[in-house]
Amino acid sequence: MRGMTPIVKTITALLIGFIMLFGFYVILTGHLSPGGGFAGGVICAAGLLLVVLAFGADTVKERMGHNMAVLWEGLGAIGFLAVALLGFITGTFFAHFVPHNLGVRLFTGGSMPYLNLAIGLKVGAGLFGAFLMLAAFREAERGGRDKGEGDRS
Amino acid sequence: MSETLTLLYGVIAFMLIAAIVAVETRDLLSSVLCLGALGFGLALVDLIVGAPDLALTQVVVEIFAVVLLIRTVVAREDTTKEFIRDTPHVAAMGAVIMAILLGAYLCFQQLTPFGDPPMIMGASYMRAAQQAGATNLVTAVLLDFRAYDTLGEATVIFAAIMGCYALLRTRGKKEQS
Repeated sequence: MRGMTPIVKTITALLIGFIMLFGFYVILTGHLSPGGGFAGGVICAAGLLLVVLAFGADTVKERMGHNMAVLWEGLGAIGFLAVALLGFITGTFFAHFVPHNLGVRLFTGGSMPYLNLAIGLKVGAGLFGAFLMLAAFREAERGGRDKGEGDRS
Repeated sequence: MSETLTLLYGVIAFMLIAAIVAVETRDLLSSVLCLGALGFGLALVDLIVGAPDLALTQVVVEIFAVVLLIRTVVAREDTTKEFIRDTPHVAAMGAVIMAILLGAYLCFQQLTPFGDPPMIMGASYMRAAQQAGATNLVTAVLLDFRAYDTLGEATVIFAAIMGCYALLRTRGKKEQS
């Protein structure tokens, strides 16, 4: 899969930071305004998808491979369980282990922001990895194999 | 009929038309686009009935799904599909439609009227959400009172993605010739 025109590449390079910033905003303020881990994670995944479509799968493969998506998804899943297990510090599974009011406006709600962050990482990385599997790399491999080039390893 | 309900029925009619076109059109790309219109209509319905969390999630998931489907469809050379339209198929389709209509008639007799749910979230939930320190009640329910449900959902997504990886992997598969 080749990339698109320089116009698309430039606009993507300008916008990707804002898209990821908005995704993390939606994740981190999930307990205060509409949104949450799932929606923010999908926004981040869609931003990465834009990068893949604009710059081509090969460029993305060099920078952030499929292993990166798997790694972050696993970290998100373990993080969710870890926050739940840390509830044993003060009580039971899923108990809030941080006070509800830390003095910072953003981090009210006990362990909710951390759970949201874990879900966001998991969903974003998982969907991005699934997209890479379904659309980008598979097609690149098939194209390479049909032309008789490419040592698959 | 109130204004909200009229708007709701209008959007639902649009969704129905989009769904029928998506099923009936011969071009796969048009079908995918109609599916996208259906999804955005669903997001509008979520907004109208007052579910902004769900509407936001629906919009972003729909964008993701439509881009993914277009990417997959465009990669194929022939994007049209064949329809089989002989008597047994049409008869089966008619039977299924009749069954759905009958089931819908029986269901709608049992349903409570719109906007009058049988389960009402108690005032105790509202008080507990204020104690939880979350102004977004949905997140308070998802991550505080019903955190085990969320853990289960996260596990389901994890299993689904792992199955996707296992089925679609290109490394370690035996070459079929």
